[in-house]
Amino acid sequence: MKTIANVFHQLERWLEPVIEGIIRLCGISAIIFVFGIFFFVFREGMGFFFGGLDIVEFLTSPDWYPTSLNNKRYGVLALIAGTFSVTALAMVIAVPFGLGAAIFVSEFCGPKLKETLKIVIELLAAIPSVVWGFIGLTVMNALIIELFTVPIGLTMLNGGIILALMSVPIIVSIGEDALKAVPDSYREAAEALGATRWQVIYRVLLPTAKNGLLAAVLLGVGRAVGETMAVLMTTGHAVKIPTSPFDSVRTLTATIAAELGEAAVGSDHYRVLFIIGVLLFSITFIVNFVTDLVIKGIREKA
Amino acid sequence: MSADKRYSIETSQLNLWYADFQALINVSVKIVDGLITGLIGPSGCGKTTLLRCFNRVNERYGNVTTIGEVQILGKNIYDSDVSLPELRKNVGMVFQRPNPLPISVYENIIFGLRIHSEQRRRKKSQTDEIVEAALREVFLWDDLKDQLKVKATTLQLEQQQKLCIARLLPLKPRVILMDEPCSTLDAKGTRAVEELMLELAGHYTILIVTHNMAQARRVSDECIFMLLGEIVEHTRTEDLFLMPKSTKTADYIEGRYG
Repeated sequence: MKTIANVFHQLERWLEPVIEGIIRLCGISAIIFVFGIFFFVFREGMGFFFGGLDIVEFLTSPDWYPTSLNNKRYGVLALIAGTFSVTALAMVIAVPFGLGAAIFVSEFCGPKLKETLKIVIELLAAIPSVVWGFIGLTVMNALIIELFTVPIGLTMLNGGIILALMSVPIIVSIGEDALKAVPDSYREAAEALGATRWQVIYRVLLPTAKNGLLAAVLLGVGRAVGETMAVLMTTGHAVKIPTSPFDSVRTLTATIAAELGEAAVGSDHYRVLFIIGVLLFSITFIVNFVTDLVIKGIREKA
Repeated sequence: MSADKRYSIETSQLNLWYADFQALINVSVKIVDGLITGLIGPSGCGKTTLLRCFNRVNERYGNVTTIGEVQILGKNIYDSDVSLPELRKNVGMVFQRPNPLPISVYENIIFGLRIHSEQRRRKKSQTDEIVEAALREVFLWDDLKDQLKVKATTLQLEQQQKLCIARLLPLKPRVILMDEPCSTLDAKGTRAVEELMLELAGHYTILIVTHNMAQARRVSDECIFMLLGEIVEHTRTEDLFLMPKSTKTADYIEGRYG
C-alpha cells in the first residue's frame, strides 16, 4: 500500500508542472490565435502591399476594377462606405429596438413571458446567416419594392434591416445581463423615494448599467461589420458610394467572399483581397480598442 | 394620555397575503404623530411587512394581496386614486442595508426633488442650500462638505445610512419608516443613528422595526409587539417593558423566544 501511495505521489510531482503548462497554454492561446490569424492573412497580402499597391489610392478611390484588362484599379472607398453605411443603418434600427427589448425583458415582463422571450431570442441568434440572407433576398426584397415603389429591393436598406435583426438578439441578451447585474436595492431605493418605473429606468438603471449596455451595442456593431453572407445576398452588391438607403451597396466582407474564389492564387487581385481582410481586422480591432478606452474612462470618472 | 392625540397612521382590519401565506392578520393600530414608535417581535412576525405596507413598497413583489385600510394623514393609501409617487414622497423609508444610489452624495440628496419635479429648473445656489440643510440635519455636513462629489457608495456604512436618511428630508416627508436601520452598523454607528432619530422625532413621525430590544427601549416612545402576523400589544415603551399585559410579550422581552 505504501509503495503505491509513493508512486502516486511521485507521479503527481511530475504531472503537476505539465498540467500547469497545459492550462497556461489554454490561457494564452487566444493571443496566439489572434496574432497567428493576423500574421497569415497579412502574409498572403504582403507581396502586393509592399510591391505595387498605392495605399493612398487603395483607401481613397471608389474605383474597384480588379479584373479590368488594361486598367486594373484597386480602390476600396466604396466598399468601406458600403460596410459603414449598412452597419450604421443597422445600428440605427437595432440599438433602440435591442435596448428597448432588453429593458422590457429585464424590468417589465413577468417570469413566464421572460423565459419564453429569452428562449425565442436565443433561437433568433442561432439562425444561420445564409437563412437571413435568403429572407432578405425574397421577402424583404419584395416588400421594399412594394412599399417604396423602387425598382430593386436589394439595397442598403434591405441589408441594414437584416443586419439589425441579426444584431438585436446579441444586444438584447448582453443588455439584459447588464441590467440584471444592477442590484435590486437601487431600484427599491429609487421606488421608495417615489420614482416611477420610467424614472427608475432612466435615472438609475441606464446610468448604472451603461458600461454593459455599451458593450452590448458594440458587440452588435462587431457582428454587423463582420457579417458576410447575409449582406452579400441582400445589398445588391454594386460598387457604389450610396447616396440614399435605396442604393445598392457592396461591403468589404462580401467582396472577399464573392471574389476570392475567382482570383488566381498569387495574383494582385488575390493579394488585395487579403489586404482587405487586414483592413477589416484593423477596423474591428479599433472598435474594440476604443470600447475598452471608453469603458475605462467611464470607470475612472465614476 | 391626553385625548387630543393626533395620529399620522391608522390601520383598520389590515390583512396581507404573500401568495397563500397570511403575513398580517386583522392589524388595527394607530401611530401617534411626531413620536418614535418601535415595532418589535420575533423574526417572521410580520413587522417588516407591516412597515412596508405604509409606503406600499410591498407591492414590488407581484404576489401580494392586501385587504383593509391604512389611513395616512387622513387618506386611505389603498384607495385606487392614490398616487404612489406622492405617497412615497410623504412617507420616506430607510432600509436595513444602506442603499445610496451609485451617484454622488450631492445627487443622492437632490434625487428625490429631481424625480418629483422633472421640468422645473432649479438654481444651483438653491439646490446647494437644500443639500447643505439636509446634511446638517443628519450631522453629516462637517464630514462631507468637501466630498459632495464623491460617489455615495464609497462612504463608510454609517455615513451611507445617514445619507439615506438625509435624502428623504428635502421631500419634507411626514413619516419616516426605518427597517432595522442599524443592523449593519457597529456600536458607534448605531449610537450616531439613534441620536439622529431622537433629534428628528417631533418633526417627523418615525416608525422603526428593530430586533434589538435595548434599541427599542432607548429610542422609542411607543412600542408595538407583534407575533405571527398579529398585534399583541401596543402601548408606551416603558409600560411594555416594565409591565407587559400579555404573557407572550413578557416571554419575548425576557428572551424566552426570539
